[in-house]
Amino acid sequence: MSRLSSLFTTLAEQGRKALVPYIVAGDPDPRYTVTLMHELVAAGADIIELGIPFSDPMAEGPVIQLAHERALAHNTSLNQALDMVAEFRREDSKTPIVLMGYTNPVERMGYETFARQASDSGVDGLLTVDMPPEEAAEISALMKAVGLDNIFLLAPTSSEQRIAKVSALATGYLYCVSLKGVTGAGHLDVDSVRAQLALIKKHSTLPVTVGFGIKDGASAAALAPLCEGVVVGSALVDRFANWDHEADAAPQIAQAVALIKEIREAVDGAPTN
Amino acid sequence: MSSSKNNVDYAAFPSKEGHFGRYGGRFVSETLIFALDELEQAFLRLRKDPAFQAEFDRDLAHYVGRPSPLYHAERWSREVGGAQIYLKREDLNHTGAHKVNNTVGQALLAKYMGKKRVIAETGAGQHGVASATVAARLGMSCQVFMGEEDIQRQALNVYRMKLLGAEVVSVKSGSRTLKDAMNEAMRVWVTDVDDTFYIIGTAAGPHPYPMLVRDFQSVIGREARQQCLDSTGKLPDALVACVGGGSNAIGLFHPFLQDEGVEMYGVEAGGHGLATGQHAAPLSDGRPGVLHGNRTYLMQDDNGQISHTHSVSAGLDYPGVGPEHSWLKDIGRAQYVTIDDEEALTAFRKLTLTEGIMPALESSHAVAYAEKLAATMSPEQTIVVNLSGRGDKDIHTVAGIDGIGID
Repeated sequence: MSRLSSLFTTLAEQGRKALVPYIVAGDPDPRYTVTLMHELVAAGADIIELGIPFSDPMAEGPVIQLAHERALAHNTSLNQALDMVAEFRREDSKTPIVLMGYTNPVERMGYETFARQASDSGVDGLLTVDMPPEEAAEISALMKAVGLDNIFLLAPTSSEQRIAKVSALATGYLYCVSLKGVTGAGHLDVDSVRAQLALIKKHSTLPVTVGFGIKDGASAAALAPLCEGVVVGSALVDRFANWDHEADAAPQIAQAVALIKEIREAVDGAPTN
Repeated sequence: MSSSKNNVDYAAFPSKEGHFGRYGGRFVSETLIFALDELEQAFLRLRKDPAFQAEFDRDLAHYVGRPSPLYHAERWSREVGGAQIYLKREDLNHTGAHKVNNTVGQALLAKYMGKKRVIAETGAGQHGVASATVAARLGMSCQVFMGEEDIQRQALNVYRMKLLGAEVVSVKSGSRTLKDAMNEAMRVWVTDVDDTFYIIGTAAGPHPYPMLVRDFQSVIGREARQQCLDSTGKLPDALVACVGGGSNAIGLFHPFLQDEGVEMYGVEAGGHGLATGQHAAPLSDGRPGVLHGNRTYLMQDDNGQISHTHSVSAGLDYPGVGPEHSWLKDIGRAQYVTIDDEEALTAFRKLTLTEGIMPALESSHAVAYAEKLAATMSPEQTIVVNLSGRGDKDIHTVAGIDGIGID
């Protein structure tokens, strides 16, 4: 059983929900990423989604776009992200790591090389924002062969037919995009997410995490009872927006940790469905 | 020619999934899939609908001013002393470039699909102007995304768009040029996907855009083919067109693909020269990858990050290219070459002085290559050059290079 599957099994047994912070590898500076990952786990993260910096992050709102730019300013790319995961694994063999990014850096490395190196580095899964199942057959097969999970998005615009199709190829979990828009958008509507999750559950037994638009304990607590996990991205990444290159990033990391602790408590305190 | 060896049925591409060989496809986030499905279904239905086709043809004739002439540049041909050069005068279209063929078609699609608002990206501003124009005519609201850097380079077109009632949104992310404008348009589309129609300006992007832009622009090649037969009694020996995203080139090439004897040359922006890395020539010096919804040749580094590009012409300053061109390159049906900034500027002046026709800096790349090519051919042979746009918008740029301020 993969790290992701066993995590969701354990959480289900405990009646708990996964808390999934998203950070960009190399943001605000590569030297902080592994430390930050450990701190997030200590603060209550169950899975870490590690963003692979890309020059053209088409699906991101302004906050995460800037995070990609900060990471790229330090030449952090897929190779460095894999090294960071390998370093993280020396001290943490338990917390699943999912790489989240865009197709081109993975394609440039080569699907086969990527699958092998990701597996060797201790990565658990990949979510490629701009690679829907129709284009993913080749990489999915290669990832499956080395035991990596392939995570796909489902959107408010996904038809039932598509939900079935995406679910058939997905492993690990499904990532439900809570709204029409880019990351960090502010118009979360819990009722429509509830309806969307009901459709997804009709066609899949995979755990479902919800992301886009979760910015604090309250929004996380509102969604957690409906799904198996919540993803926090922009609100977390925004903590690094005003970091001064000359200074130590400890205060920003402390703020990030505080946010994750707040959301952890809110999610754990939310009534079960 | 390689086409006979390949024995390809070009009309069968793209595949149902939008692939041209290994290129093209649909690399977008899940939220947009339904919008692309909806667009594809509407297009496949409407292109067979006589009422839609009749309205499109009528608009092309009476609004755009088609057919555009095929002009025999006799004086220039004589000076070059080789093949006879014919110019397909897309510069004479309403709004001054080939772009309007596509925006008229896509705006009509938007109208038939009941969309009230259009958005577009633009580099040089020609596609933005063409989009603002058709939106004004149909009473739709229009938002044009343009890189901050391009807004400075193309002040005249920015003002034209505003006069036409469009909102021009300055894009300040990434390299602040066309690629970033396209990223931003995609972001806005994903947010307002229900009522917004995204008019992509070139034969790139996720399926079905490369197919539908090609089909709308193919009027260029269909006319040119017939005009050649009418005026010379035979098909041309070669076609030459500039390639940024490649919509004017695919529009000219596509109706000739099945004609084995017709050679095709796509001219990319060599910028300061291929060796400098400062250019916009992905087919000549790039590698396949995925950007803006399709797999195609891209300018990128070893980590798969998209490279900054350079060209004197904003309309060619783009790191990708339409997927059909990538495929035509790989199977050898078309050749892709480069012309650098300086050669393009020389051709701009040459055509202006010799024929009294001022080409856009984009089209000047095709003009420059045609001159080289013609010199290697005989006077019985003919070349058709797609004069994709007029140079009025570039006068500031050229004057600046000459050290002349004309504000």
